[in-house]
Amino acid sequence: MLSLSSLMGTAALMTHSDDAHAAAEWGEHFQKNYRLMTEQEKIEARDRLQRRYSAEYGKPVSVDITGAQPGVLMGYALNIRKCIGCRRCVHACVAENNQSRGTRPGEKIEWIQVLRMERGKFEKEKMEHGYPEGLGIQVGGNAYTPAGQVLEGQFRYTPEAVPEKDATYMPIACMQCEKPPCVKVCPVRTTYREGDGPVVIDYNWCIGCRMCMGACPYWARRINVTTPVLPKEEMNPVTHYLGNRPRMRGVVEKCHWCLQRTRQGRYPACVEVCPVGARKFGNLLDPESEVSKVLERKNVFRLKSELNTFPKFFYFYD
Amino acid sequence: MQKLFRFATDYVGYILKGGVRFYAWMGTLALFIAGMLYVFYLQNTEGLIVTGMTSQIHEGLYFSNLVFLVGVAAGAVTIVFPAYVYHHEGMHKVSVLGEMLAITAVIMVMMFVFAHMGRPDRLWHMIPPWGIYSLSSMLGWDVLVLTGYLILNFVCGFYYLWCKYTGNPINKKWFIPLVFIAIVWALSIHTVTAFLIATMPARPMWAHTVMPIRFIATAFAAGPALIIIIFLIIRKTTRFWIDDSAIKLLTTIVTWCLGIALFLTLSEIVIELYARTEHANGLYYLMFGLHGLTGLVPWFWSAVVLMIGAFILFLTPSVRNNMTLLPIACAMAFAGIWIEKGMGLIVPGFIPTPIGEVTEYYPTFVEWLMTLGIWAFGFFVLTILLKGAIGILLGDIKFGAQAATAK
Repeated sequence: MLSLSSLMGTAALMTHSDDAHAAAEWGEHFQKNYRLMTEQEKIEARDRLQRRYSAEYGKPVSVDITGAQPGVLMGYALNIRKCIGCRRCVHACVAENNQSRGTRPGEKIEWIQVLRMERGKFEKEKMEHGYPEGLGIQVGGNAYTPAGQVLEGQFRYTPEAVPEKDATYMPIACMQCEKPPCVKVCPVRTTYREGDGPVVIDYNWCIGCRMCMGACPYWARRINVTTPVLPKEEMNPVTHYLGNRPRMRGVVEKCHWCLQRTRQGRYPACVEVCPVGARKFGNLLDPESEVSKVLERKNVFRLKSELNTFPKFFYFYD
Repeated sequence: MQKLFRFATDYVGYILKGGVRFYAWMGTLALFIAGMLYVFYLQNTEGLIVTGMTSQIHEGLYFSNLVFLVGVAAGAVTIVFPAYVYHHEGMHKVSVLGEMLAITAVIMVMMFVFAHMGRPDRLWHMIPPWGIYSLSSMLGWDVLVLTGYLILNFVCGFYYLWCKYTGNPINKKWFIPLVFIAIVWALSIHTVTAFLIATMPARPMWAHTVMPIRFIATAFAAGPALIIIIFLIIRKTTRFWIDDSAIKLLTTIVTWCLGIALFLTLSEIVIELYARTEHANGLYYLMFGLHGLTGLVPWFWSAVVLMIGAFILFLTPSVRNNMTLLPIACAMAFAGIWIEKGMGLIVPGFIPTPIGEVTEYYPTFVEWLMTLGIWAFGFFVLTILLKGAIGILLGDIKFGAQAATAK
């Protein structure tokens, strides 16, 4: 296999020998898993990527390699009572994180999903209805409605205006689990938990086996079925190696809590854009942070907590 | 060393000798293999977008075939086990053919892995010392046991053939222990493959303790069913005779493993559909469709008909003892399990997604051609391996034989 890859690299070198692009790809192909790189190797990898991206997108692109900051454990809290389902977070995320925005199936990637939950409707006429109908003692009733439930396949809603009268909303994205099932199943350890909390992916080491996608109980991961469609003018040039740098064909990607922002002391794009302030982000180790205050004072819950994944993404209501 | 060189030349020489029918068969297979190479190129330039797989349903025809073929590889043990543990005379004569089938099936599995991967050019990332081998990943373990099984079967099979070729006695001191390791190893490959999908609570359709035994039961039905068909073809087309006793024992194994498989499927249906929680949505989609989408319903019911039909035929003495009718029952069992354990098990695991989205998966032409091509490649390899092995067993390939005729 090594010989096959080296052949391909050689071929790339020979066909565009004067192209910086080919040399960058050659170097990228044989670099180590990011987590095992020395500081020097990380800098080389960054410089290589900056050269390639800048040439490809026709503007200066920076690739940050800032590591986890000491004393920081990132956490997220979302007030589901406030969410109005406007999906500005979804669009801000796509713009910030250089997701693919093509039109063919699989070319459009969004990391945040806003689930639309039914309010339901209970009626007096249904009280006595049940099954079996008119035969013996009834086993169950038919007065149920899907209140507080996500209807199968109906979360891709396109309303005239939000919030809708008959719905509540529940946004979800990667939960940045403390015990992430996706990390456990990765055969090449390309996805792992960073010291400050987020679960990240080294896109250059991913082999595209998609085991992590099968293991994720929150459907947080996406596969790039083709080279991502990312127009030059829309590309966000402020990137992080483990974050929003442009991805390549055949690798998996997901939310990383905007590492390019959060490691520089900024909020993730979704937090910044939320018009109702439903999203809170901060340092779980700092008792004065918004997230710590939420955990201290509000009723919180974790999604699918029965799976023991221990998300650092909390839902709350007031 | 010279002997080894002679073995290789004699072996290749024997395989290349063949009539029009042999070359027509191999030529047809080669056509499909060429098609496979083209779509593999397509997948690795365009990307997986040329397949029907999506972020919702990201394992399809390839993974289904992979799972099924691991079973076929493990199924070869149904020859080796009676031969070496119960000293079954008829089986002992042909046990090397089982090993040849195991080698072929594992090679096919590896090709389906290549077809499945988003970045096959990075496979070396999981091979130390250049890459990282992760012990916490079931896929890592699967690669390990499959590679081990390939090596074990290669060593056992070709050492046996080598001894037959040279006329040397078999060194039982290490050969027999190795055969027994291979027997246990056969169970491990399919158990680990079952663990691979059953260890994901995110996919309730798969997260069952019954999965490993169901995998073994279906494997020991589908594997020997294929072997019976191959044996009957060998009896027809070569001078090599396979005893009825071997075929009859295999028939019994297929019958009861198929029976157990049916029982497990039925148990799962009762348990899942009685409570009918959201966790049963995948199975419900498979059996009746969900949210108006019914893509797999005909697949499931045809698998049920094929498997139950085959089971009844196997139980009928006039069919199971009739060597012209027996292959029909075998083909039915094989096809039924291919559906039930392939598309019928893998795809509904993704429907609905963990957050409740119901979508469907349809394999594209690219995927069908790739699948056909890999199966063609499998038959290509199997033909070569079986022809060579039979040549040696018949004594057509023998050390010194050519020298004798040259005089």
